[in-house]
Amino acid sequence: MSEYRLEMHGVSKSFPGVKALDNVSLKLRPGTVHALMGENGAGKSTLMKCMFGIYKMDEGQIFYEGQKVTINNPLHALNLGIAMVHQELQPITERSVAENIYVGRYPMKKLLGFLPVVDHDTMNKQTEELLEKVHMPFNPRHKLGSLSVSQMQLVEIAKAVSADCKVLILDEPTSSLSQREVEALFDIINTLKAEGVSIVYISHKMDEILRISDEVTIMRDGKYIGTWDAKDLTTDKIITQMVGRELTNLYPPRTNTPGEVIFEVDNFTSINPRSFRHVSFNIRKGEILGVAGLVGAQRTELMEGIFGVRSKTEGVVYYQGKPLKISRPRDAIQRSIAMLTEDRRATGIFGILPVSDNVSVASLDRYLEAGLFLNERKIEELVKENVAKLSIKTPSTKTPISSLSGGNQQKVLISRWLANDPDILILDEPTRGIDVGAKYEIYTIIASLAAQGKSIIMISSELPELIGMSDRILVMCDGRKTGEIDGEEATQENIMALATQFEQ
Amino acid sequence: MQSVAKESTSKKISKLLMDNVIILGIFILAVVVSILRPNFLGESNIRNLLGNTAIRFIIAVGVSGCLITKGTDLSAGRVAGFAACMAAIMLQRSDYVNRMIPGLPELPVFVVLLVVLAVCAVIGAINGSVVAFFKVPPFIATLGMQTLVYGIALVSTGAQPIGSLRREFTTLATGYIGNPIVSYIALIALAVGTFMWVLYNKMRHGKYMYAIGGNEAAAEVAGINVNRTKVRIYTLAAMLYGLCGFLLAAKSGGASVNTAMGYELEAIAGCTIGGVSVNGGVGKVSGILIGVLVFEVLKIAMQFMGLKSDYTYIVQGLVIIIAVALDLRKYLAKK
Repeated sequence: MSEYRLEMHGVSKSFPGVKALDNVSLKLRPGTVHALMGENGAGKSTLMKCMFGIYKMDEGQIFYEGQKVTINNPLHALNLGIAMVHQELQPITERSVAENIYVGRYPMKKLLGFLPVVDHDTMNKQTEELLEKVHMPFNPRHKLGSLSVSQMQLVEIAKAVSADCKVLILDEPTSSLSQREVEALFDIINTLKAEGVSIVYISHKMDEILRISDEVTIMRDGKYIGTWDAKDLTTDKIITQMVGRELTNLYPPRTNTPGEVIFEVDNFTSINPRSFRHVSFNIRKGEILGVAGLVGAQRTELMEGIFGVRSKTEGVVYYQGKPLKISRPRDAIQRSIAMLTEDRRATGIFGILPVSDNVSVASLDRYLEAGLFLNERKIEELVKENVAKLSIKTPSTKTPISSLSGGNQQKVLISRWLANDPDILILDEPTRGIDVGAKYEIYTIIASLAAQGKSIIMISSELPELIGMSDRILVMCDGRKTGEIDGEEATQENIMALATQFEQ
Repeated sequence: MQSVAKESTSKKISKLLMDNVIILGIFILAVVVSILRPNFLGESNIRNLLGNTAIRFIIAVGVSGCLITKGTDLSAGRVAGFAACMAAIMLQRSDYVNRMIPGLPELPVFVVLLVVLAVCAVIGAINGSVVAFFKVPPFIATLGMQTLVYGIALVSTGAQPIGSLRREFTTLATGYIGNPIVSYIALIALAVGTFMWVLYNKMRHGKYMYAIGGNEAAAEVAGINVNRTKVRIYTLAAMLYGLCGFLLAAKSGGASVNTAMGYELEAIAGCTIGGVSVNGGVGKVSGILIGVLVFEVLKIAMQFMGLKSDYTYIVQGLVIIIAVALDLRKYLAKK
C-alpha cells in the first residue's frame, strides 16, 4: 500500500494552439486537504478534469491506491471513489433537492412485485439524513430552484459527499458562499478529513487556503512549480510562486499621451447582488486602462453592464461630461463606444458568414444610399482597407470567418469596431486563445489606436500583458473595485494583492 | 501536388452531389417519367407546373426569412387560406344572389389586395412580436396562430365555400402576356423573387437577418436591433402568404377555409431542399425557387405515374424529413 491515495505523474495535455498542462504531478495523502493554486489559466481545472475523466491526458499516469488506473469518463472516476464539485454548477432547478442529489442513481423498488419504480420515500429519507450530517437544514422535497445559489452549491457538495468518495475535488467551492456557509463547509471538510478522505481544494482565497489545507501545490502556465506544507507558507510566498514567471512577451513601444478625462463611470451596480457593485472609474482620451482581477471578479459583467448587455440597478455613465442613457448595445455603439467581447465564438463572430459581412455588420448605417440600398463598392473598400491595415490573413474577403485562425478572427472583430470610428474601445481578453506572434500584432494595434487618441479599456487575465500595455490598472475583486495602480508602478505582486482582497 | 489538387476536386464534386442529392434524385425521376410519359413535358403540364410553382414560391420565400433566423412559421398555410377567403368575400360578383356580404359595393381589385395584405401584416406582426419580445419558441407561437387564424376563417365564412368571383379578379390567374407560359402569376412571382433577392442581398435588413441567423447573441452585441428585425421578418412573411392566398383564390375561382391546406410544410420543404438551413444563417432566393420547383416536379411526376394522391402525402412527408436530416448532417460534419 502506497503512502498516497492518488498520484498523478507527468501529466501533459494540449489543446489546439495551447499546451494546457506540461509534465504536472500531484500526490494526495489520505485524510488531508491538498490546496491547488495558480493564476487563471494555470491549468488547475484542466488537471482536475483529467483526474475526473472529463479530459483524456496526452501523457502521464495515474496511480490510485498504488494501482495504475486509466480513467476514461466521470462515471469510471465515481466508481473508483473520486467525486468532483464543479466550479460551474449544473443544477436541475425544476426538480427536488433529493432528485438532484440522486440523479442517475435513484433508489429503486418494485411496485406490485415486478414494476421497477423510483423509491421516493427512501430517496427523501436518505437525503434528509445526509443533509443533517452536513448541517444543511433543507427540505429534500423542495425544488432546488427555491434555494439560493450558495445553498445550491452546498447541495452540490452534499451530493459529492453522498457518493462515499475517497477523493473529493472542490473547485472554487466558496465562490458564492457567505462567511457562515464557508464555516459550515469547513466543518464538513474536517469531518471528511477525519474519515480519511483526500480533498483537493482549489481556491484563490489565501486566508482559506492557509486555514484549511495541509499541503499546497502551486501551478503556473500549465507547469508544476512545487508542493509545500501549508504551515511553511505565507500569502506573500504563495503570490510570488504563482506569478513568478520570466517576462518572455515583448510589448511594442507606446507613444500615446493620455489627455483630458473623456469617459466616466459612476457607482455602477448590477441587478445581481453577487455581481459588480458601486464601481466608479474614469478614462482619459488616448489612455490604455487595464482591468485586472481573478475569475469571478465580475470584470466582464461590469463592462457588459456599461455596454448595455446586462442590467444595472444604479450607476451613470458620462461621456464628455454628459450622462448617457444606454439600455442596449445599439445605444452604446451610437454613442461611440465599442466592445470586443470575451467569448469570440459565442458573442463575436458570425461563423458561417464571410469576412466582409463580419467586418461591416455593425456599421451598415454608414453605407446606406437613399436610406435603402447598401453601397457595396464602399463596403468592399472598407473591408479591403481593414484587411490590409490590420494585415488580416485570409484567402479572400468572401471566405467564411470560421476558417480563419483565432488571431485573424480577432483582427476581423477589431476592424468591425474600428469601422464605426469609436472613441472608447472596451477589449475583453483581446489576446485569449491566440498565438504569441498574433498577440504582438494585437498589442501593436492597441498601442497605435491609443496613439490616435482612442481610449482603450482592456480586461486581461495575463498580468504581464496588463503591466506591459496599460497606463493605469484598475483592479477588481469579487464585484468591487479594490484599487487602481499606475502603469509604471504596477507589479504582479501588488496587483495580485488587490485582486485577492476579499471582503471579510 | 497534382494528385492532391485532383483529390480535392473529386471531393468537391462528391460534396456538391451529396449537398444536392434530393434535387438530383428528383431530376432523374423527372427524366424517367418524361421518357415513360412523353406528355409530361407537354405545354399544358409545363404551364400547370409553373403556375403551381409560382404560387408556392411566394409563400416559401416568405417562410425563408423565419427559417434563416432559426425560426419557423407554421401559420403560413392558414394565413394564406384566410387571405383567400377574405379576397373571395370582397370580390364576389355583385349580381350573385348568395353573396356573403349582400350590400358590398364593387371594390377595385387593387384595394381588396391592399386590405388583405394589411390584415395579414397585422397577423405577422403579432407572430413576430410574440417570438421576439416574449421569446415564445416560433414553433409554438405560429402553431397557435395557425389554429387561431383557421378559427377566424371558419367563423367569418360560416365554413361555406365562396365562389362566383368577378372576372377581372380571376383573369389575374388566367391571363398571360404573349405565350400562356408567361402568365400573370408567374410574372408576379418573378417580381416577388426579385424584390426578395434585393432585400436579402442589397439591403441592411437582409444582412441583419443573416447575422441573426448566424449568431443571435453576437448580432445583439454588434448593435443590431434583433427584436425589430424579427418583427419585420414575420410581418413581411405574412404579407407574402396573403399575396399567395389572394392569387390562389383568383386561380381556383373561389376559396374555402381549406384553401392552401398544408402549404406551410410544402414551403418549408421547398426551402430546405433549396438549401435554406434550419440551423439558420443560410439560404438564397434562387435556391428556394429551385427547391419549390423540384418539389412540384416530384408531385406532378407522381401524378403522371398514376400514384393515388393519398400516397403522394407519404412520399412528400418522407422527402421533408430526409431533406432536413441531410441539411443537419452537413452541419454536424462541419463541427
